[in-house]
Amino acid sequence: MDLDHQTLVGFAKSWGLFYLIALAIGVLVYALWPSNRARFDRAKNSILDKDDRPGD
Amino acid sequence: MREFFHRKLERSAIGFVLAIIGVSAIGGFVEIAPLFTIDETVEKAPDMRVYTPLELAGRNIYIREGCYACHSQMIRTLRDEVERYGPYSLAVESKYDHPMLWGSKRTGPDIARLGGKYSDAWHVAHLINPRDVVPQSVMPKYGWLMRTELRTSDLGKHLAAQRAVGVPYTDAMIANASADAYGQASPDSPYAGGVSERYGAATNLRAFDGEPNRLTEMDAMVAYLQVLGRLTDAAHRQTAASGD
Amino acid sequence: MVAALTLAERQSAIAISALVAMCGLAMAIAGSDDLLGAHGVIVLIFGLGCSALVMSRYFAPEPSEERLTRYYDDPIRVGIILSLGWAVVGMFFGVWVAALLAWPDLTFDAPWASFGRLRPVHTSGVIFGFGGNALIATSFHVLQRTTRARLPDQLSPWFVLLGYNLFCAVAASGYLMGVTQSKEYAEPEWYADIWLVVVWVVYFLIYLRTLQRRKEPHIYVANWYYMAFILVVAVLHIVNNLAVPISFGQAKSYSLFSGVQDAMTQWWYGHNAVAFFLTAGFLGMMYYYLPKRAGRPIFSYRLSIISFWGITFMYMWAGSHHLHYTALPQWVQTLGMTFSVVLLVPSWASAGNALATLNGAWDKVRDDATLRFMMVAAVFYGISTFEGSFMAIRAVNSLSHYTDWTVGHVHAGALGWVAMITFGSLYALVPWMWNVERMYSPRLIEVHFWLALAGTIIYVFAMWNSGIIQGLMWRTYNDSGTLAYSFLDSLVAMHPYYIARTVGGLLFLLGALVACYNVWMTIRSAHARLAAGAGEGDRPVPHGAGAALQPGE
Repeated sequence: MDLDHQTLVGFAKSWGLFYLIALAIGVLVYALWPSNRARFDRAKNSILDKDDRPGD
Repeated sequence: MREFFHRKLERSAIGFVLAIIGVSAIGGFVEIAPLFTIDETVEKAPDMRVYTPLELAGRNIYIREGCYACHSQMIRTLRDEVERYGPYSLAVESKYDHPMLWGSKRTGPDIARLGGKYSDAWHVAHLINPRDVVPQSVMPKYGWLMRTELRTSDLGKHLAAQRAVGVPYTDAMIANASADAYGQASPDSPYAGGVSERYGAATNLRAFDGEPNRLTEMDAMVAYLQVLGRLTDAAHRQTAASGD
Repeated sequence: MVAALTLAERQSAIAISALVAMCGLAMAIAGSDDLLGAHGVIVLIFGLGCSALVMSRYFAPEPSEERLTRYYDDPIRVGIILSLGWAVVGMFFGVWVAALLAWPDLTFDAPWASFGRLRPVHTSGVIFGFGGNALIATSFHVLQRTTRARLPDQLSPWFVLLGYNLFCAVAASGYLMGVTQSKEYAEPEWYADIWLVVVWVVYFLIYLRTLQRRKEPHIYVANWYYMAFILVVAVLHIVNNLAVPISFGQAKSYSLFSGVQDAMTQWWYGHNAVAFFLTAGFLGMMYYYLPKRAGRPIFSYRLSIISFWGITFMYMWAGSHHLHYTALPQWVQTLGMTFSVVLLVPSWASAGNALATLNGAWDKVRDDATLRFMMVAAVFYGISTFEGSFMAIRAVNSLSHYTDWTVGHVHAGALGWVAMITFGSLYALVPWMWNVERMYSPRLIEVHFWLALAGTIIYVFAMWNSGIIQGLMWRTYNDSGTLAYSFLDSLVAMHPYYIARTVGGLLFLLGALVACYNVWMTIRSAHARLAAGAGEGDRPVPHGAGAALQPGE
């Protein structure tokens, strides 16, 4: 393998950070996207519904 | 677009699975990957030897009895630890340890540099009943080590498995594993000579449990405890150099 | 149980059990002069027992198609009972090992009873036995209710549940005999590890197949956590347990990794086992049973999503904080420390979300010990994640590492968070599963709550004290510049705290026994009612938001 330790460390230190930031932005956009609100509201209330039978 | 993508992702459970793996595993891999080349950062210690079959058997007893739950073998780079236990541990010192026994808790003291600190007789008495020699100790008694014969017939297989994971045991070491285990604890027997020949003149050749004609688990355990921190002098050299 | 299986499923069950028995026989023969042989006998007996069980009811009438209009809850009921059984076993061994540190001669000079062999029975017993069974049982329940789909078939859940318990039994019996890899929380040897992979793949497939058959468009967030638990634990387990056995007839194996690489792999595993087994899985529990019991939706669904991805991403990087000031390269230590501190954000988001859900329902928390279990669990989750981030800071870690402080931290999480949320969830779940209005005795839940809380607090305070004293004594210098205390001085100073922690643990164990009695009496009363001719079969009673909380409970 021609990947030496320093290269891998450098990669981990730089791209790991970019990956973290990109992911954080993605998650925030998804969670706060206005049109998702209705689905999330439905989801959080749905578990309180009557649940004695599987749905059809 | 984004929103469409997410909805897709969520609708199919597989996509969701892949997202979880991606988010968790990529993060872990980026951190772990450099460690696969970590041998480049480990210090060199050309004088380092491998465990003898008897010491390896002792190490396996140490593992079997769960000693690692209360004793660490990792002296940290802190002043009080170095003064209490000796030169701090180097990565190279555990490079033949499959698995490592650095430990996570010191209910008892660190034993990374235990080798040579006490006599064999002290270790034997201490293992049979710790409170005979250290009245305040809370360590369990290990009297059965003295009563149990050491199983040596399969030591060759142990060494071969160790070689398969990267420990440089030679063919001669593997072929003579059982005899070497016996010889190391019976210094007057004809088997003793081969041990120093294969593992170096500095290897401890003694009746560790005080009974030269019986090979017990106590022999193996004490042989292991007496070699802790003594497979290489690298740590002492490093401390001496930085102390100037 | 068996009667609910179709004829084809009964045949498969017998075939699988026979296969397991044959594996056991092969292990017993190949390992006849090794401890592997003893495990072979255990596996053989287990396989034969399972086939006998199925054969004894083989000719029972097949279940009707009507079953498909109901949820499949039999494995959940058995899982609850197994979980409670393991809780008692694991906690009993915990009290024993705690007592050994105060009175070291409680080993009777028997090899199997020494601290080093009993300790993994305690840790595996409570983490994998109690926690694991509770996770499997509740995940089957939450999965079906939130997807509104029945489990895909009737055999695979049994395979997962019983196969997992076979793993636990092999693990625990192995430690007593001296079979261990020495990797903390991953002690079982290679054959048990391989078996767990098989079980886990089936578990994952059940989850996936049920999710794909779901009637709800959105996957409820509790399932995300359970999913992350299943997936990541699989990855961790496989990587950390890579090893070469010395032969196929022997239990012993040697880890593929050595030294610093092995240390990093082990604590990458060890820390993420905490993250994805003891945190993600139980957060899944919390996100379902807490709102359900409180009769209120989760405070912020968005926050739960954000904290989910935060936890999933960041925990993976944090493991190296177990190796501060060791021979691990410093940049890895710094990385681990940084992420451990940042982790506080999603952790507190989860804890805060749970508590905010209860805001406005504090009267229910006051009256209902079941809900109070969950509330206290969320509080302890907040406390122990804060403590964890704090202890991951290098300077703090130099004092806390290797001391009882770590043990105190772990138990703040394990007793205060994991066990409390589990007991709370089980108290909510048991009446639903056995079709009764409420638990046999709400008063005993109250007794259990106070025993558990008192036990946790005594334990954690004892370990905080002893750990900090220990850490300080080890690094104290006297005026002449030499170390002030010998190691033995610090050991002697621990004695009163070791007695206190034994008492704390004992209280917690008593609480678990009270829970077992309460559940047992609930089941008995359910059976008695059934026998009295309620004629309802095992049809679930509707339990909507209103019925979830009984006044005075």
